[in-house]
Amino acid sequence: MSMNSQGRPSAPVAAGSQRDTETVSGSKGLYQFEPLIFETDRWGKTGVDFPKAKGNKSRLGGVERAGKAELPGLSEPETVRHYMRLSQRNYAIDLGLFPLGSCTMKHNPRLNEKMARLPGFADIHPMQPQASVQGALELIDELATWLKTLTGMPAVAMSPKAGAHGELCGMLAIRQALISRGEADTRKRVLVPASAHGTNPATAAQCGFIVDEISADTRGRVDIDDLRSKLEKTDDIAGIMLTNPNTCGLFETDIKDIADLIHEAGGYFYCDGANFNAIVGRVRPGDLGIDAMHINLHKTFSTPHGGGGPGSGPTVLSEALAPFAPVPFILKGEDGFRLVEEAEEEAKESFGRMASFHGQMGMFVRALSYMLSHGADGLKQVAEDAVLNANYIQAKLKTVMTPAFDGFCMHEALFSDKFTAEGIETIDIAKALIDEGYHPMTMYFPLVVHGAMLIEPTETESKAELDRFCGALESVARRAAQGDDTLKGAPYLAPMKRLDETQAARKPVLKWAPPAPEQLAAE
Amino acid sequence: MRYLPLTQEDRADMLSVIGANSVDDFYTDVPESARLPGTVPGLPDHQGEFAVERYLTKLASKNVTASDSAFFVGCGAYKHHVPASVDMVIQRSEFLTTYTPYQPEIAQGTLQTLFEFQTQVAEITAMDVANASMYDGATSCAEAAVMACRATRRKKVVLSGGLHPHYAASTKLLCEAQGIEVVQLPAAIDGELELAGAVDDATACVIGQSPNVFGTITDMTPVADAAHEKKALFVSVFTEAVSLGLVKPPGEMGADIAVGEGQSIGNSLNFGGPYVGLFAATQKLVRQMPGRLCGETTDAEGKRGFVLTLSTREQHIRRDKATSNICTNSGLCALAFTAHMTLLGGKGLHDLAVLNHEAACDLADALEAVNGVEILTPRFFNEFAFRVPMNAADALQGLLDRDVVGGVRASRLYPHEDELSNVIVCAATECTTSEDIAAYASALKEILS
Amino acid sequence: MTVKYTEDHEWVSVEGDTATVGITSYAAEQLGDVVFVELPDVGASFEKGDDMAVVESVKAASDVYAPVSGDVIEANTKLSDAPETVNEAPDSEGWFAKIKLSNPSELDSLMDDAAYKAFCADL
Repeated sequence: MSMNSQGRPSAPVAAGSQRDTETVSGSKGLYQFEPLIFETDRWGKTGVDFPKAKGNKSRLGGVERAGKAELPGLSEPETVRHYMRLSQRNYAIDLGLFPLGSCTMKHNPRLNEKMARLPGFADIHPMQPQASVQGALELIDELATWLKTLTGMPAVAMSPKAGAHGELCGMLAIRQALISRGEADTRKRVLVPASAHGTNPATAAQCGFIVDEISADTRGRVDIDDLRSKLEKTDDIAGIMLTNPNTCGLFETDIKDIADLIHEAGGYFYCDGANFNAIVGRVRPGDLGIDAMHINLHKTFSTPHGGGGPGSGPTVLSEALAPFAPVPFILKGEDGFRLVEEAEEEAKESFGRMASFHGQMGMFVRALSYMLSHGADGLKQVAEDAVLNANYIQAKLKTVMTPAFDGFCMHEALFSDKFTAEGIETIDIAKALIDEGYHPMTMYFPLVVHGAMLIEPTETESKAELDRFCGALESVARRAAQGDDTLKGAPYLAPMKRLDETQAARKPVLKWAPPAPEQLAAE
Repeated sequence: MRYLPLTQEDRADMLSVIGANSVDDFYTDVPESARLPGTVPGLPDHQGEFAVERYLTKLASKNVTASDSAFFVGCGAYKHHVPASVDMVIQRSEFLTTYTPYQPEIAQGTLQTLFEFQTQVAEITAMDVANASMYDGATSCAEAAVMACRATRRKKVVLSGGLHPHYAASTKLLCEAQGIEVVQLPAAIDGELELAGAVDDATACVIGQSPNVFGTITDMTPVADAAHEKKALFVSVFTEAVSLGLVKPPGEMGADIAVGEGQSIGNSLNFGGPYVGLFAATQKLVRQMPGRLCGETTDAEGKRGFVLTLSTREQHIRRDKATSNICTNSGLCALAFTAHMTLLGGKGLHDLAVLNHEAACDLADALEAVNGVEILTPRFFNEFAFRVPMNAADALQGLLDRDVVGGVRASRLYPHEDELSNVIVCAATECTTSEDIAAYASALKEILS
Repeated sequence: MTVKYTEDHEWVSVEGDTATVGITSYAAEQLGDVVFVELPDVGASFEKGDDMAVVESVKAASDVYAPVSGDVIEANTKLSDAPETVNEAPDSEGWFAKIKLSNPSELDSLMDDAAYKAFCADL
């Protein structure tokens, strides 16, 4: 036989000694160090090839920039690496369960992305002649039909650009309705539960309304007695803003009574649709007496969150508010689809225009792609699985953690920090979950529950993934109950340790600045 | 269903762990009359991927794309080339499918790109600070107006006659809801400097645009001076971000707030959205700004990192006293912007701007040579208005019939300005070829003869 | 010199017709690390109970109400650069503003040291 005694060992060698894990490069295995683009040597360069300018013409009339913008331009390989390396510091749904309550972080189907990139949707201009964009107008009209049918509402405004923008749309429609009744100056009070998303009171205030807070009862719902007392005086009531299912993850049992009460008081019912995922395909908000509701396409209808947008917030409106819808909107005529762009003639009661152009087309394509894929039967299953998954988490964790309220939840499970030992806070549990490989749940919201932990798994998680998540959270919760101080230092295994937010806010550094000369000299 | 992992067995197991008989148990709080017996009536059931793709592709094919034809449409959105690597970056799952960076330890990717974005926006606008993006240019403009009122404790804003009508409408809407008086100067192709005479002691801000909706570029320094003399603010607007590579930017004209549309850099036309609003201001105004801000800090080990900061301005903390109700912004479009800017650099932005300007000059030369055409915009970057001796809508239809998408009729934006009924606003970019320009000129010649 | 307190956790220290105003150490502790203070303009006049200043921590923003009526004659601009002073010395260096009293009798309705201590103990 012949023998080759050379070559590498093929099994791990028994550990000799642990070495310090700091490295010279700042990279650690697959985790690559990456500086800011401003810390490269690409100043004055560009990574894009352009034809040479002719340099023979100018009609600028002297209105020229004094100096070039001073920014580095990286080559394509450097640029691609920069963003790939940075991407590896981000958690994402495509990596694992993302249980942020009230955010509906569900899987974003790749078909949606492919469809939105069809040149027939992505490469058309909002101001080109309408005859040349009939397919685009038809798509928006069809999406509008789906939204109206799913919500059981007669009208929808498509132009709002995010959830909060949809809230603005609904509240401006209410304001316009009050103007048409001649009561805009007297009806200024908007009732908002203490548990509401911050956008609700902020939106009401932006529309010139005065926010009047209503309290929650012990079951996590609107305190109907408090509501009645707030409605003893009715002539200043503009309306109510209420999330349903609410921010505690519960359906407002008295919703029809609430709608009746507010209507009897002469006000309108704005429903925050952030939690529509719990009921889509099973319950139509239009059957509950609401007047307006925004729909976050980036929650219920799977368009990606993109690290903070873009969103899209079409807003459905009742018969009472429909005449006041913003422009533009689409009408179907004998010659095809037509945009109504001015608040006059057939839109003479419209409250006006909220943004440029016609809405978030890129999001519309993705949402319709999703709706067509699921269909009416699939969307019903979406809601049921989302609610089932949340209740499963609540059931698995209720003996270790403290459910905020009794009974079943809707699409999100809410816990308080009551079970934690003295000195351990919600944030410690959240950060320890990071070490377990999960994005934390929503923390300290809603404000009505102490140390709130709001968990929304969505329907796109498998049972096996839920079991792994519950196992991880259960172990962290047990440590919290036992007062394990090491939680205070978590996360230990993330790219960064806890960051100093106080320092960031006291001395804000909001852009890169070149190092001071003395600092350069010292280097 | 392909997006739903639970099996019937899973569902049964889970119900028994929960102690429920069926999912109906979870919906007992819903009023009985509102519980649907089956699926929502009037909608089709689920479909396979191929069926959906076929249907949507058919819809898409009914549209004429900007690449199908000689294309000259502008007025707030512009056909520019987006490098392939930019679209690849924004499709990266870790950016595409993540949330607002609320947990900075596992969101440094998003946060560092936002910090770089803010630095780039501040630099190209020549302003002190920029936020992490808004919905679009028009909503940024509206937010700038109410911010100026907050900062000056005054309740009046003045809009120039060249401010994009969609921006003006969005601004009026938000201001009037808050009891702020809005003065709109009459439509004017070259009237931005009129703002200087329109500012008084009650004015919170004046809002001017360069290049304006007719393409006119203006050094608005006199407007800034007049505003500052009355302790009012000057808001400088742009709809074409590429112009900042060549044209005097807001910060060089004394702007207190600069707002604009960032679509031109890194983002496709998308029939109007999603786009990305740019918002920058002087250091003094930073705590009055709407939207998210990303700031530098260190972690527990002293390593540099980034966090969302100055959050007390925002709705989730300040609630009804917040500077704005904005929550979700335009994160992924901002990423596209910053990735494209990272490739371009200051030099690339300048070079790109020069190509745009030269294309527009070539177009103006070619159209001017057509009998009956009168160029109306005195100084421009890549967009200008011209008059034809016929109704602009008919002229544009004639052009479309000849595969030229010739621009926007001014009457679409100003339906009540009869003087503008013969006016077309057209734009050229680096994507415009000499063949496109020749096709435009010859088609127009045919139509006008 | 007398020091009086409000139920909203402001303190007032009076010398002649001038009142120095700040927030109590209890309030500073509840807020956590103070990162920003918005001070009133010198010359501004307030009625008792008006929003006079804003104090911000990372996670909260709180209005500071004028504990007494009067005109602002000085604001503690040191806080703009060093907001942490509010945490370090809320009762002294961390003062917000000096107000020229327009209605000194308002002081009678405020709590003295013992009453405020008892008030906080009940919270």
